[in-house]
Amino acid sequence: MHKFFIRSFVSSLVLLFTFTVAAIAKDVKAAFVYIGPTGDHGWTYQHDVGRKAVEAAGFKTTYVEGVPESADAERVLRQLANSGHDVIFTTSFGYMNPTNKVAKEFPNVKFEHATGYKREHPNVSTYAARFYEGRTILGTIAGTMTKSNVIGYVASFPIPEVIRGINSFTLAAQKVNPNIKTKIVWAFTWYDPGKEAEAAKALIDQGADVIAQHTDSTAIVQIAEKAGVYAFGQASDMDKFAPKAVLTSVENNWGPYYVDRVKAVANGTWSQKDTWHGIGDGMVVISDLDSQMPADLRSKVKKLQADLASGKVHSFTGPIYDQKGNLMVAEGKTADDGMLAGMMTYVKGVEGDIPK
Amino acid sequence: MIIDINFIGLIIASIMASAVPLILASCGELITERSGVLNLGVEGMMIIGAISGFALMTVTGSLIIAIFGAMLAGVLISTIFAFLTQTLITNHVATGLALTIFGIGISAMIGKNFVGIPGKEFPVLFEGLKDTIPLLGPILFGHSIVFYFAFALPFITSYFLKKTKIGLIVRAVGDSPGSASNQGINVRLVRYACILYGGAMSGLAGAYLSMIYTPQWIENMTGGRGWIALALVVFSTWNPIKILIGAMIFGGLTIIQFHMQAIGVRIPVQFLTALPYIVTIIVLVVISRDSRKIRLSTPSSLGKSFHKDN
Repeated sequence: MHKFFIRSFVSSLVLLFTFTVAAIAKDVKAAFVYIGPTGDHGWTYQHDVGRKAVEAAGFKTTYVEGVPESADAERVLRQLANSGHDVIFTTSFGYMNPTNKVAKEFPNVKFEHATGYKREHPNVSTYAARFYEGRTILGTIAGTMTKSNVIGYVASFPIPEVIRGINSFTLAAQKVNPNIKTKIVWAFTWYDPGKEAEAAKALIDQGADVIAQHTDSTAIVQIAEKAGVYAFGQASDMDKFAPKAVLTSVENNWGPYYVDRVKAVANGTWSQKDTWHGIGDGMVVISDLDSQMPADLRSKVKKLQADLASGKVHSFTGPIYDQKGNLMVAEGKTADDGMLAGMMTYVKGVEGDIPK
Repeated sequence: MIIDINFIGLIIASIMASAVPLILASCGELITERSGVLNLGVEGMMIIGAISGFALMTVTGSLIIAIFGAMLAGVLISTIFAFLTQTLITNHVATGLALTIFGIGISAMIGKNFVGIPGKEFPVLFEGLKDTIPLLGPILFGHSIVFYFAFALPFITSYFLKKTKIGLIVRAVGDSPGSASNQGINVRLVRYACILYGGAMSGLAGAYLSMIYTPQWIENMTGGRGWIALALVVFSTWNPIKILIGAMIFGGLTIIQFHMQAIGVRIPVQFLTALPYIVTIIVLVVISRDSRKIRLSTPSSLGKSFHKDN
């Protein structure tokens, strides 16, 4: 009996000690919820690169891939919140409502939702990247490099993010070359290499000699390489897939933001924020400019990049008209973030209608 | 848009290129189904072929090893299906679905290390002859060996089923396994062989996607083409020539709808996107109206398990 008491006393001491140590040296654990597989080499892949940066900074991370934007998302979020994660990044627009719903149930867990606008609880932050700034650069290059004055654009789904990209690209291209036409083809997929290749081929057959894309796979730049036309990389540097065709890429760089936010959680300085970072903050990165571009174009692009970063130049500076000729942004004004976030009309010069 | 004759030739060539994986997988599945086995695992076998081909090409650097390796991988994974459905007599539908889920999962696992690696250029034949004949030049020349094989396959398959003894045996097994068995035909062996052949063709179809059509690996890159191949087999009423027609219509409309978008035809894009599916079904239903012929070519024991002792 005596032995039993000593034993249980010692073991409870040990147990208590372990718990105390664990509580003091409490590791911050971050979780990531992905819409696609990490092997898509596009959107999710780049988020996972960001997650690895968090891991490299000394934090523990978990991720769940291929989570549908439905009730399943709520289940996954609840599970992650329950299993001791301190901060959860939800990396797709459709997680907006599930994130806010679960955030209410777990006030001690921080939630970070990508590309959304709802922050219903103090433990929910949102973040997004100003990819349209990158597209301003691509448009400038495309408008200068095209000889046929037909630029092809493979689009995914008619949402503000994509429309904004098309508009910013076209405005920039028109600025350097008023004669260009942007032909848009909707692939209705984020990544299906076969379909993207077919869309790009159709555009090239119809005379496009520069192809831009807002879908994720590398199929389009490969097709461009074969056909001897120019293209731009999406989400990551795609130069090695098509060294001759790719003039530059717009890279999604989430790592610094993720490390920052996880560190804030660890320091206890985390607070609700709405982040929309562009080239200036390094969330949007322009890859190396290809040497096929004339030197003066390269220096022009470099300058544009610096001006976009400093805020001296804005992608949407008036006067901007829509397709019917109505004024969208007055001369000397720039589009505000509210207008950008809900942009669902084409600017003048874009051909065709937005699919409804 | 410039309508010149070479432009039309180019469009037809790209339609044919997009039809290749459908033709390969459908013709393979057709043989499997004619022997009375319904294998819904085409998508899974294709994706296994895609990753195997791409991985072997990257690791060994040999295109020949990669192509045959992809076919072998299709054979291996279909062996699982064959063992389960023929030896353990499991349900065809459930096993086939499981095979697809398994294939997608395992390909993603193997593929983790192959994401973001550019593929190799696949050699094409008769490139120099492309500009010699207007219209036909780009259609006939400058394609990979798999392309030519795919367009010969429906005719070979048709000949095989109609004119050869083994083809007759396959059909007999599919129509009446009991009678075939009484004639001394080893039903299980024939079905095993047909399943493995279907696996090889699906594997080749996948390898075409990851090595020739869009030389890269990303997860789920088959994008549902396996299911379309399956549908083609049924809607073509198990006729290889109609598979060829169906695959061409499907590939053709997918590409033409992109052209229509680029020209700026004012038809709702969603409708254009749905067009390939709708029209392919309508055309195949219309050309296969003859119910007597359908009854003749439908394998009567399709999807039914066969026990030798009943």
